[in-house]
Amino acid sequence: MNSAAVEEAVPVNGAIPRDQSFEYVLEVVNVRKEFPGVLALDNVELKIRPGTVHALMGENGAGKSTLMKVIAGIYQPDSGEVKLRGETITLENPLKAQESGIAMIHQELLLMNQMTVAENIWIRREPKNTFGLIDHSEMHKMTEDLFDRLNIHLDPDAEISTLSVANRQMVEIAKAVSFNSDVLIMDEPTSAITETEVAHLFDIIRSLRKQGIGIVYITHKMNELFEIADEFSVFRDGKYIGTHASSDVTRDDIIQMMVGRSVDQMFPKEDVELGDVLLSVKNLTLEGVFQDVSFDVRAGEILGFAGLVGSGRSNVAEAIFGVTPADSGSVWIEGEEVHIKTPNDAIMQGMAFLTEDRKETGCFLSLDIQENIQSAVLHENFVNGGGFVDQVKLNEESEALCQKLRVKTPNMEEAIENLSGGNQQKVLIARWLLTHPRILILDEPTRGIDVGAKSEIHSLVTQLAHKGVAVIMISSELPEVLGMSDRVLVMHEGHVTGILDRSEADQVSVMNLAAQ
Amino acid sequence: MTTLNDTMNLEKESQGIKKKRKIPSEISILLVLIGISIMFEILGWIFVGQSFLMNMSRLQIIVLQVSVIGIIAIGVTMVIITGGIDLSSGSVVAMSAMIAATFAQSSSWPKVLFPTLTDLPFVVPLIVGLAVGALAGFVNGWLITKTKIPPFIATLGMMVSARGVARWYTDGSPVSGFTKEFAMLGNALDRWMPVVIFIVVAIIFHVVMRYTRFGKFTYAIGANPQAARVSGINIDRHLIKVYTIAGLLVGLAAMVAIARIKTAQAGMGLMYELDAIAAAVIGGVSLSGGRGRIAGTVIGALILGVMLSGFTFLRIDAYYQDIIKGAIIVVAVVIDQQRQNKRKKTT
Repeated sequence: MNSAAVEEAVPVNGAIPRDQSFEYVLEVVNVRKEFPGVLALDNVELKIRPGTVHALMGENGAGKSTLMKVIAGIYQPDSGEVKLRGETITLENPLKAQESGIAMIHQELLLMNQMTVAENIWIRREPKNTFGLIDHSEMHKMTEDLFDRLNIHLDPDAEISTLSVANRQMVEIAKAVSFNSDVLIMDEPTSAITETEVAHLFDIIRSLRKQGIGIVYITHKMNELFEIADEFSVFRDGKYIGTHASSDVTRDDIIQMMVGRSVDQMFPKEDVELGDVLLSVKNLTLEGVFQDVSFDVRAGEILGFAGLVGSGRSNVAEAIFGVTPADSGSVWIEGEEVHIKTPNDAIMQGMAFLTEDRKETGCFLSLDIQENIQSAVLHENFVNGGGFVDQVKLNEESEALCQKLRVKTPNMEEAIENLSGGNQQKVLIARWLLTHPRILILDEPTRGIDVGAKSEIHSLVTQLAHKGVAVIMISSELPEVLGMSDRVLVMHEGHVTGILDRSEADQVSVMNLAAQ
Repeated sequence: MTTLNDTMNLEKESQGIKKKRKIPSEISILLVLIGISIMFEILGWIFVGQSFLMNMSRLQIIVLQVSVIGIIAIGVTMVIITGGIDLSSGSVVAMSAMIAATFAQSSSWPKVLFPTLTDLPFVVPLIVGLAVGALAGFVNGWLITKTKIPPFIATLGMMVSARGVARWYTDGSPVSGFTKEFAMLGNALDRWMPVVIFIVVAIIFHVVMRYTRFGKFTYAIGANPQAARVSGINIDRHLIKVYTIAGLLVGLAAMVAIARIKTAQAGMGLMYELDAIAAAVIGGVSLSGGRGRIAGTVIGALILGVMLSGFTFLRIDAYYQDIIKGAIIVVAVVIDQQRQNKRKKTT
């Protein structure tokens, strides 16, 4: 294997001499990106200096991920420009971004699990021998050299599926470095790894920084920001808020920048006289996911669940509803212990659960609106002895509900996939209202839907509370939780870190408990 | 829900959701069937000099041939709607047929296999046949839900094993000499019996799929198993039911088939599973699950039957028939795929 062949097979992408003729290795200027109904990026900017670690901060939905996808060539901006090494570039697709010297390590690792470490790193760039076939020993050697540079200790021939999450992360980083990228984007790289692994990761990041690479580091964790980042930029609601050196600010400053706005009057929360405790959860534990979760919800109460994505909020809801039953702990309804093993058990107890992911666990996309609404009541009043469904009664009640909820559709036989997100969500809410629940769990009830539908759903939830329904409302949108809830339960890494009363819950107190 | 009336005060604004029935997609498949029939009619007058359709015995043969595949295809349709597949139908036809046939023999037949089992009432072999089919279906469903192996593999295993059982049971020798009573299953009503059974089964399952909880669950599971689970549906139990019923219908088809041709052979039912799947797919049942109707499958089976009869009528070589049949199946799936892509684009 001669070296010329290696160079031919392995184009050294982005290997432009790193002179300092430009102040910023990556510059985002006035980038705007709109999705139907949502302005995801409102003329934002971002400036990354070479040889620095630049943290991106912001609540969920602030626009960080969208911005990163623009930089990585996954989304095209509606307007504005991206400058790399001082020159404006157009990134038509992820490949172009990669070849230009921008590498992104996604939160959900995108490796081919059945292939080896080396194959994953060098795919599309495999070294060839004189016969034009892949030279495995050369590839092995190249991987070892790369790993030596990064101080990574992994077998290049190991299959990805045998590696831990942290080690897969290392492989992704090595792959990104192998492109000789100038900009490396890391999307919450520490969300699934242990402390010692984090230390190793930070060592690698520091050595990359020394090599002059600009590193964009997305994180929710304050302490990481102070430990590794040189500068940080804050985003909120798709807007750029500001950039500062991390040595200049305190933790409270950053939270203030992240949550900034005051809670407006969008949330029609009314005081409801609370009834007795309806649902009581005691010491609920699912090994490795959440521990020792306890709380009560009273009739007419809205209990908000706050916490970062991945803190275990949704898992607790799934455990209560029997989707993934807990390992230990107990659930009590009206003072009696109930044993819920399946969602059917939960429905029989008068529970309803609007799941987080509309497409994945909510809609029957190939079925029509009517069929989507009735799926949860086929056990009950609407089925007669022979298993025949009382379609007339069902149609009447479903249609009445759709009108009340103002579902915009030409008819009930319309396929649900032809509706907008907000209308789909209303149909799913109608599904659960048809069961006449006394305990309603809403997981991200207003995610990705427009403002009008959002406030309609909020007022509906308030009205249900008036009727004495106990509501659990999980939301990543802090203003929504604060605006709607009687009390706010905050989770962090599988633990309940606090339950705040409406009077003491504000953005800062909740973020303090959620981000620790 | 009256409880919301007073709270949301939206009655005045809500405009009422219009009643508008869409044209069912079965109509377009029916048009294809009519088109093909007319095509053979015209080609018949040109090349053969006689009518294709105005021939009662030919029409009877077409529907008789369709009946056996059609009964199987109804079960297969339900399986496909759940998002699964059943490759074992053809072999299970042979297995049910061979085992049940030994309970259907008349003592007057010279080569009786089990002399103690002759001259039994016709319900005995019928129940045995249905039970063997249902058992095979149950095993399919059990394997799929409890071991989580893909339906393709589970039913592939059954396909190979059931054929083996059929051969082993009588050491490969065919079984004939049925009681008159049993033979009626395939010949009563002036030989229309299989057609009557097919129509009755089709109507029953059309009703079941449209108007019962069982049907609604079947669609829900195929459309989105996770959402079905959250809706409180016991997926494993329901899938086992669906595969068992599909097996039961295969057993029924096997009984009708042997009663009609008055003999059972270990090699029978070859490729029936593919014809049944083809009938469903041509009839608009989506292989990705959640979509399709019994009526479509019935028409799909008729299209297959008319095509085969038409080709024979036009004296087209059997090899060409297979080539064309294969092409039709592929075209049907291509159309299904395009329909789905179109749907995705509109959202």
